[in-house]
Amino acid sequence: MMRAKNLLGKAVVTFTGACAFVAVAAVVWIMGTIVWGGHRSITWAFLTQAPSNGMTEGGIFPAIVGTFMLVLIMSLVGVPVGTITAVYLSEYVDRQSKVAQIIRFAVNTLAGIPAIVFGLFGLGFFVNFTGKGMDHLFSPTGTLHWAQPNILWASLTLALLTLPVVIVSVEEAIKTVPRDLREASLALGVTKWQTIWRVVLPNSMGGILTGAILAVSRGAGEVAPILFTGAAYFLPHLPKSVSDQFMELGYHLYIMTTQSTDVEKTLPIQYATTLVLLMLTFALNFSAIFMRYRLRKRRVFA
Amino acid sequence: MPSDSKSIDPGSDAAVPVPAESPAGSLPGGRPVSVLTPKPSEPNMSANISESASGKVPDAESPANPRPGSGNRRVLTMGKPLRLGELAIEKSIQGVAFVSLLFITLIFIFIFKEAIPLFGSGINKAESHATVEASETYGEDAAAPSKPEAPELAQKASHFTPAELGGKTWQPVSLDPKFGLLPLFLGSLKVTLIALLIAGPMGIFAALYTSNFAPMWAREGMKPVIEILAGFPSVVIGFFALVIMASVLQNLFGFEYRLNAFVGGVAMALAVVPIIYTVSEDALAAVPKVMTEASLALGATKWETALFVILPSATPGIFAALILGFGRAFGETMIVLMATGNAALFTPHIFEPVRTLSATIGAEMAEVVFGDIHYRVLFFVGALLFIISFGLNATAEFFVRTRLMKRFKGA
Repeated sequence: MMRAKNLLGKAVVTFTGACAFVAVAAVVWIMGTIVWGGHRSITWAFLTQAPSNGMTEGGIFPAIVGTFMLVLIMSLVGVPVGTITAVYLSEYVDRQSKVAQIIRFAVNTLAGIPAIVFGLFGLGFFVNFTGKGMDHLFSPTGTLHWAQPNILWASLTLALLTLPVVIVSVEEAIKTVPRDLREASLALGVTKWQTIWRVVLPNSMGGILTGAILAVSRGAGEVAPILFTGAAYFLPHLPKSVSDQFMELGYHLYIMTTQSTDVEKTLPIQYATTLVLLMLTFALNFSAIFMRYRLRKRRVFA
Repeated sequence: MPSDSKSIDPGSDAAVPVPAESPAGSLPGGRPVSVLTPKPSEPNMSANISESASGKVPDAESPANPRPGSGNRRVLTMGKPLRLGELAIEKSIQGVAFVSLLFITLIFIFIFKEAIPLFGSGINKAESHATVEASETYGEDAAAPSKPEAPELAQKASHFTPAELGGKTWQPVSLDPKFGLLPLFLGSLKVTLIALLIAGPMGIFAALYTSNFAPMWAREGMKPVIEILAGFPSVVIGFFALVIMASVLQNLFGFEYRLNAFVGGVAMALAVVPIIYTVSEDALAAVPKVMTEASLALGATKWETALFVILPSATPGIFAALILGFGRAFGETMIVLMATGNAALFTPHIFEPVRTLSATIGAEMAEVVFGDIHYRVLFFVGALLFIISFGLNATAEFFVRTRLMKRFKGA
């Protein structure tokens, strides 16, 4: 009886352990295959040259630059908005109040909307509505300038998509700022905003940075929202202004694997592109996890 | 920090009692303050909220200022020029905070706005009737003058009725386009269910393992690894499924088409496991220690406790995890776009290519004519995805917030 029970217990532990192990093994398998398949193709030339010969040779430089610009504009918009929202939620309103609950509901909803719907929204709102409106305003001659997919609209779409990431992360960080600090500041007669600006925000800088990093890593990997808001198949030049189209790593990978003229021949390029994209998000995520770990530790020992 | 808003605005009463109290209050936060605040705050707090909501803060504030002692007045007069700035800042912060709400509304409006004309707008129907007649008499070319240019396009528009969305054929680009969404819906469902059948047990048991059985090193090692899986861009998983996994699975199961619902589902499982794992783990960790200890004290072994006490108490949370996983899989685009073969077949077989709702948008949106029926149908599909994910998230939140918390509070 006892022995059977012990055996059953061992079986349970082994089985659940196996499940966890499979999940980990999948990560290792994916990483291993991609690193193995891509590491030889990553050369300096690959990283600094444009695709050539009908996208079957050459490098991915424009895609790297495009991704960089995309996430840069995205964070310039998304991180401040997200931070301010988090500040409002945690410093200005009561957690239980209607206002806070409504905003939180909006943020949660935003986080749950599929990426492709953001893409549709970007097309419908930014490109076809805002863009058209701007064209009406700025160029009465009727030239199409803003009412077409470009890097600005793609970035704004992504900023919207990654907004919840920033908000959650910053809020978590603001919570770790000890109450005593705030009260000490307020007791000195300092106003609320000054307290936030000089005490709360500097102390939650880590969280803001974590949020920004997580948002960038998420944004760099999302392809669905930029499918029709600005990403281009191939461009002979780098984007010069925010109203240009751009190439992006994830989109480039998607194009290369599904619509390339010669899928077999470009396989090394596909692997290498995947590896670059993966390394980028991996590095970002890793630093975010590390920072969050430090943040949590501080909450315990502060 | 709820009580903050109270203790700050009348800067005066914050100045007097708090310094005396705060040294006593250690980190866990607000203990002494909550002793201090409840009595005055209960009337005050609600007033404060309604003030900030109705934007009456300055008027309500300034008469309140002279009330406290003269020592405080000095602080206030010094701060007076700042007060206006302070108010402006608060208002602009409030404005920015509403951005997410604004955009949720805009997303709702703009997705639906583009899809609405599909349904029962009189113009659409009248036009279609006219063109049906036109196309019927087209051979005699009597009605041709009414639509002299682009008869093909007119014909395209002519056949559409909302009922057609329930059809079994998805053939948007042809002379006689058909916009039946059933095969797409079925495709999404197939892929999602396969993904959940794999990822559900895997994520839940893995969470059970790391939260209950795993030795320290395994726990510390596994959590970040699974978090890394969550950070994989979906296009990378799609690439992996398309290039490697499809072949491996084909060799293993010997199915006919290399890319099919099964491959897509397995790939999707990779994307969903981290969500199910994380949410389940949170739910399992939230089970009160008392329950575990009671079970152990009664002589139950560790695994019995885990399986019969902890797991059942966390069911609402685990259910929420499954719902969230479902939502994620249903809306995910890039993986299915790359790994399912994208043929809109209406079959129950899991080893045949499928086309999902999301992949349809992804694949076709770039090529449609702005404003035509196909464009609107794709927006309608987007609206469907929006509603479905919205409903699923709301359900999941309901389960976590009410059921799970109530259960633990009752315990």
